[in-house]
Amino acid sequence: MKRLKNTGAALDHGTRLSFTFDGKRYWGTKGDTLASALLANGVRVMGRSFKYHRPRGVWGAWVDEPNAILSVTLNGRELPNCLATTTYLEHGMEARAVNAWPSANRDIKGVLDWGNRFLGAGFYYKTFIWPDWHLFEPSIRKMAGLGAVTLDHLDDYVSDQTHDHCDTLVVGGGPAGLAAARTAAESGQNVMLVDDQQLIGGSAYQLDKIDSQPPTTWVQTQKTAILTAGGRILTQTTAYGVYDHNLVAMVEQGPFGTAPRLWRMRTDRTILATGAIDRPVTFTNNDKPGVISLFAAAEYLARYGILPGKTAVALANSTLADPALKTLEDHGTKITRVDPTTPNLKSRGWKATTGLATNDRHYPGDTVLASAGLTPLIHLWRHAGGKLTWDEPRQAFLPDGNLDRMQAVGAANGTFDIDDALTEARAVGQGARPERADTRHTVTPLWPTPGTKGRQWIDFQHDVTLKDIEVAARENYTSVEHLKRYTTLGMASDQGKTSNMAGLAAMATLKGATIPEVGTTTFRPPFVPIPLATYHGQASAQLYHPIKRLKLEQQHRDAGAGLCEYGGWLRPGWYGPGPAYPNIQREALMARETAGILDGSPLGKIEVMGPDAEAFVNFMFYNTMKTLKVGHIRYGFLLTEGGIVYDDGVVSRLAMDHFLISCSSSHVDGVRGLLETWRQDGNDPDRIFIHDLTLQWATVTVTGPRARDILETLDLGCDLSPEALPFMRFTTTRWQDRPMRIARVSFSGDLSFEMSVPTGHAPALWDATTAAAEPFNAAPMGIEAMSILRAEKGYIMVGKDTDGETMPHDLGFGAPRLKKTAAFVGDRSLHTENGNDPSRKQLVGLAIPNGEARLATGAHIVTDDKTPRSLGYVTSSYTSPGLGHGIALGLVEGGHARMGDEVAIWHDETLRRATIVAPCVFDPEGERLHA
Amino acid sequence: MQRFPCPFCGLRDEREFHLAGEAGKTRPDTTGEIIDTDWATYLHMHRNEKGRTREVWMHTTCAELFIMERDSVTMDVLGTETLRVER
Repeated sequence: MKRLKNTGAALDHGTRLSFTFDGKRYWGTKGDTLASALLANGVRVMGRSFKYHRPRGVWGAWVDEPNAILSVTLNGRELPNCLATTTYLEHGMEARAVNAWPSANRDIKGVLDWGNRFLGAGFYYKTFIWPDWHLFEPSIRKMAGLGAVTLDHLDDYVSDQTHDHCDTLVVGGGPAGLAAARTAAESGQNVMLVDDQQLIGGSAYQLDKIDSQPPTTWVQTQKTAILTAGGRILTQTTAYGVYDHNLVAMVEQGPFGTAPRLWRMRTDRTILATGAIDRPVTFTNNDKPGVISLFAAAEYLARYGILPGKTAVALANSTLADPALKTLEDHGTKITRVDPTTPNLKSRGWKATTGLATNDRHYPGDTVLASAGLTPLIHLWRHAGGKLTWDEPRQAFLPDGNLDRMQAVGAANGTFDIDDALTEARAVGQGARPERADTRHTVTPLWPTPGTKGRQWIDFQHDVTLKDIEVAARENYTSVEHLKRYTTLGMASDQGKTSNMAGLAAMATLKGATIPEVGTTTFRPPFVPIPLATYHGQASAQLYHPIKRLKLEQQHRDAGAGLCEYGGWLRPGWYGPGPAYPNIQREALMARETAGILDGSPLGKIEVMGPDAEAFVNFMFYNTMKTLKVGHIRYGFLLTEGGIVYDDGVVSRLAMDHFLISCSSSHVDGVRGLLETWRQDGNDPDRIFIHDLTLQWATVTVTGPRARDILETLDLGCDLSPEALPFMRFTTTRWQDRPMRIARVSFSGDLSFEMSVPTGHAPALWDATTAAAEPFNAAPMGIEAMSILRAEKGYIMVGKDTDGETMPHDLGFGAPRLKKTAAFVGDRSLHTENGNDPSRKQLVGLAIPNGEARLATGAHIVTDDKTPRSLGYVTSSYTSPGLGHGIALGLVEGGHARMGDEVAIWHDETLRRATIVAPCVFDPEGERLHA
Repeated sequence: MQRFPCPFCGLRDEREFHLAGEAGKTRPDTTGEIIDTDWATYLHMHRNEKGRTREVWMHTTCAELFIMERDSVTMDVLGTETLRVER
């Protein structure tokens, strides 16, 4: 292992960079990856394997690397799961091998390897059954894994996201990709070429000449031509997934430690020039450091000037290997070729290979160059829904047929020969669809031989051996998808790039089937691991879920409100300093004694108008609305077609053809969608119009016995007496030269007025109302106090006191179900066997003995049996300051017929008793409500 | 991420749309007798076709409902039409 002077296309020879690996200092060169820098320093052991802690070195030179995964720290920032072969060296990097302590070279858990027979295929599944997975779980969780996540939160680790479009996206900047991008750009297409390496060119640098030019010159020529023709080139960018409607997801890497940028590319067509990767040869101890992919070795030489060994033994099954071997020999490696089909091949050595042994010979060497053939990288093709075909001469799966908007060229298409690849790529770039040329190379089938001795690695990263696959086959996990999950083959962070083909070929032999009969597992994005931060990008907190803000927010802040999110709105939960609870109790008591002032602005205000509005509203609501008189208000439910309560609210009739629906604050968008759906699908949309004016009107609610007294000092210009404005009526007036609607509806059970004005006028109304309330010892109150008041009255909150099964008659509103003759949404569902069931969960109150603490919300009402069964649960529970004890609402099976029954309540290992009562415990006669 | 053509707003991201159901479902007249199974069929039985499907979608940003034909295998959009009947 040495670095040759002044070779290596990727290196900037003048710039030396210092770094450490497992605490030891080394020097590398600018342009190096961590892997090439370590190889240049003669480091062979770069990690320990996942289960057995066997020493491992690099196999590959690119994204296919299964072994060399490092945890890297730079400028105090530590990132796990860094592939040594794709992480570019920066000055000052501190790299550590993962799954190894104190170092990869001297890992104390290496002894685990001796216990390998106990950790075979299906180990987890077997211990689920016997003896007990939990015995193993803690120690396995500690030992397994590939790196630890630091607990540091990297505040500035935020991905940019960008959306873009091009006519032709070329993925892969090797010779084929460059050729395709050039002809595409020169034929006038808007072209984007992406390549995941810092230095574009792919495997070009392994070649002597391309188009009779040195590779570096040729690559530069193509780049210039592409840019001149208006194309774009992105390096260090991986296209990792293809999604519906030609969306290609790409990540662009920046300097180490920064979050990658996400590109969402829409393409008219995508050309895959993703190349191919080498397959490992399956033989005993084929995972030893020093056993390296032949094509990776050629790449290390071409890009990084590294000669992999002095004496090497080569195992290769195709004529493709010949030029690579010749190049390595020309640069000074002494190579002995051994027939890779020789039985009982075995690597010698412990921490690094010392050569190959067969039954009767030993071939010494510091390196084993292995290649079992090339596997085209067709991941993106599969993401896009393309099919694969097995190609016997190439011993590989190739893209089959045509996708409308995707074509593969070069090695990704099985066109391994450089001249054929360039011809194909140029034609495809211009828009042609050439037939795939016959291969000029011969490949001898070379697949694992089940039943042979020794431990032969299939999946290096997840420590899956040929024996494990045999076990899976014996235990009848023969489908590739079962094999994968049973053995964890291909489930590590490399997603089986180097292992899947060998694994399924082994299974084919075991089943006596062909490789295409066994087939591949599903290819899913991402092609390489992507930090989760890439996906959410800037979309967190307010940028992900923008909260709705009240016009009166400043007024609430000035009054010391505790602002919380309620149904998407930032609203005052309570007012006043200190802990919330005493403030909430104080406000609830105040509202019962004098009055409370509530900002009710988020309350839904959806107007329905037009000649068919009456019939429409009557159809949408469970309750009859067509008999509603102008100026009157009626409470009602909106149901789903399944008869389930979707929302509740009040309907005001503003005119014969004009209704106002006040739905729950948090359901406005949903109700609007529901109304629009029925309006347009089933009705004449030209005769019904729906306007959501929730944001245009602000509402200030005054509730409590002094509410009328307060409003009367406001000079509202209208008669507020119970005769002029009784309960469930509204009136319109003008206040300070603005329109105002005053509605006598009540959620608290007390005398209440809701005053609505255009939103811009809300601050004036709020200031005037709070000032007017002061002499009456009344003040603003938050949502929390209102929640107590409404529960005392037995008023529900949809979604809290109802669930996905609640029908209106479960809540005590049975009349329309029996009497309403007109059709309405959900009507027929209320009369099904389920709707008629007397043991439905019904809304009740739950009384507890005086002096006891309130029940827990969510506590279950249970049968008194030895094996208790849930009969329902507590939906709302509060301490009522007015009544001086706990109150609760709940949904209980057949609850309406069980008034007065004592029931058991189970919560948190404790059994309590409660009595089923009516939901309303405040002013049951309604005298205060109608005052 | 798919892109759907709203007949009124043009091509927009799928997250702006809401599926309102399969097209062509007629609500039974609930003022008359409907046996349980017919109602259950209306409520719960969907053709859920593989291949060409006709669905009603809402473009939530403009609140317009329209019919969209899609291929449920390839996710290709085959066409849209308005629900409105010209008079």
